[in-house]
Amino acid sequence: MNAHPAYFLEATYLVASCLFVMGLKGLSHPDTARRGMIMAAAGMCAALLGTLFHPDIHHYLYIAIGLVIGSAIGIPMAMVPMTAMPQRTALSHAFGALAASMVGLAEYVIHGSNLGPFKMGALGLEVMLGSLTVTGSLIAAAKLQEMMRGTPIQFKGQQVLNLALFISMITLFILWLINPATAGFFYGMAACAFLFGVLLVIPIGAADMPVVMSLLNSYAGLSSAATGFVLSNNVLIIAGTLDGFSGFILSILMCKAMNRSITNVLFGGFGAVTGTDQGAAGTMRELSLDDVAVQLAYANQVVFVPGYGMATAQAQHAVRELGNLLEERGVSVKYGIHPVAGRMPGHMNVLLAEANVPYSSLYEMDQINPELPATDVAVVIGANDVVNPDARDNPKSPIAGMPIIEVDRAKSVVVLKRGKGKGFSGLENPLFFKSVTGMLYGDAKSSLTNLTQAVQKV
Amino acid sequence: MNLLLFQPLAFIASVYMLAQEGGSAEKLVFNPAVLIASLYVFALAAFLGYQVISRVPPLLHTPLMSATNAISGISLIGSLVIAGSTYENHQTLAELLGCAAVTSAMINVTGGFLITDRMLKMFRKKEVVKVGEKK
Repeated sequence: MNAHPAYFLEATYLVASCLFVMGLKGLSHPDTARRGMIMAAAGMCAALLGTLFHPDIHHYLYIAIGLVIGSAIGIPMAMVPMTAMPQRTALSHAFGALAASMVGLAEYVIHGSNLGPFKMGALGLEVMLGSLTVTGSLIAAAKLQEMMRGTPIQFKGQQVLNLALFISMITLFILWLINPATAGFFYGMAACAFLFGVLLVIPIGAADMPVVMSLLNSYAGLSSAATGFVLSNNVLIIAGTLDGFSGFILSILMCKAMNRSITNVLFGGFGAVTGTDQGAAGTMRELSLDDVAVQLAYANQVVFVPGYGMATAQAQHAVRELGNLLEERGVSVKYGIHPVAGRMPGHMNVLLAEANVPYSSLYEMDQINPELPATDVAVVIGANDVVNPDARDNPKSPIAGMPIIEVDRAKSVVVLKRGKGKGFSGLENPLFFKSVTGMLYGDAKSSLTNLTQAVQKV
Repeated sequence: MNLLLFQPLAFIASVYMLAQEGGSAEKLVFNPAVLIASLYVFALAAFLGYQVISRVPPLLHTPLMSATNAISGISLIGSLVIAGSTYENHQTLAELLGCAAVTSAMINVTGGFLITDRMLKMFRKKEVVKVGEKK
């Protein structure tokens, strides 16, 4: 062992790589998921400990400082409320990409142009993807935290500016590869990437965040994989690629769930569209609390369809209480979850799981749709576009073709909504005007709590 | 979706093209055998990742994202070497960059694994929940 420290190191990396893959495999079922993540964490510990004995490491002061500060920030970041998951995840994309960019920058500072064209190419990609992910993720986090307005920010010539910036970023990259000694090209490229990240995310509406989050996840991963190429380190390549592909697959799934292309999401400026819908006509039927309570109490099957409104109102616990009460009365209670409900993939599932809803009651869109015609009451909680029948019926609608949860097929629909205004995307929702639909206005959390009390009295 | 496919392909293509120019005797430069091996690792990891991750149900997509985030904190090991090595020049700058990289990677490693576990703890089967409620 003493003669070959490299073998020991590589062995820990090999173990880590296997444990990462097994850990992700565990995520294929909730029962095995925790054990899987413990394996992945063990893999990370093995790689970390192995690296501490790396022959090139001579002093530990800066390592210790970094590990302590990192843990001091990381641990509180793991304690955020579940409703803040999207912005927390966006922030961690930024940190991951920052780490990769810093490694790339340091490698360049240390070795300059001695790296040779291949490693320089990987290093350039690493820093480029890393930098644009850092700023892009920070903007996404700011939007999700509502430090910035969530609606698309657009201005004249935006697309032209973005394109110009993208071209100059690539040009500087190529120029730098041709003249590796000119550091200016490298720093210019990094600066363009930083700016490009900002401009890429500001025109994207908050409702499209699931796609952006997945895409940034993918970029952060690919940036780590590129680091692996620069350092000739397989475990970095493997972990980075797994992360990159996970984000890539999620982006595809999210796009499919909206029936839109990735180009449309990134450059479409969705949500700024106005006046393309037909302005559904009719009156909305307002329901009283007691009406709804009676309907729910005597139903055979109730399906709750949550959306981002449930997260903003922090209403997940109130939903669960109402659901519990109904189940005690013998009502079958199910939850129908659209893939893009909320602000990140799987957002609603996590919130409902937090509120102790068993995962066997959470149904995917394709599972719940056939159940809806046999459902007595579908309760829509702060969801809008994902239940908009225009997506199915009106080919001119901006969301035409998007798969929806067909609550309008249920025997009756109750929509919990804050006010009479349009939803986040600014689209009129004909569901609200249908004869089966009744509206219950008010804050979702207090409406649900009041409903629970009213059902108790029935 | 085409654009999405384009990204990893472009990545592989550029890696390949750059490799064509390589082959100088410089120690730091990739030697062709290592490069080929790295590309194999990348390609196989990509296929494996696709197979494994396609099986993750939408139920667990948020934990998946935080888990892969934690795992990609593996760039920690690159950061450690930079923060702890001795260089002929730019010592302080390299150490500072290394230290910052260790910090940000460590944030993802600790925070990522902890929050993933916290989330996964919440996903319960029906029976378990009912037992808990009676207490």
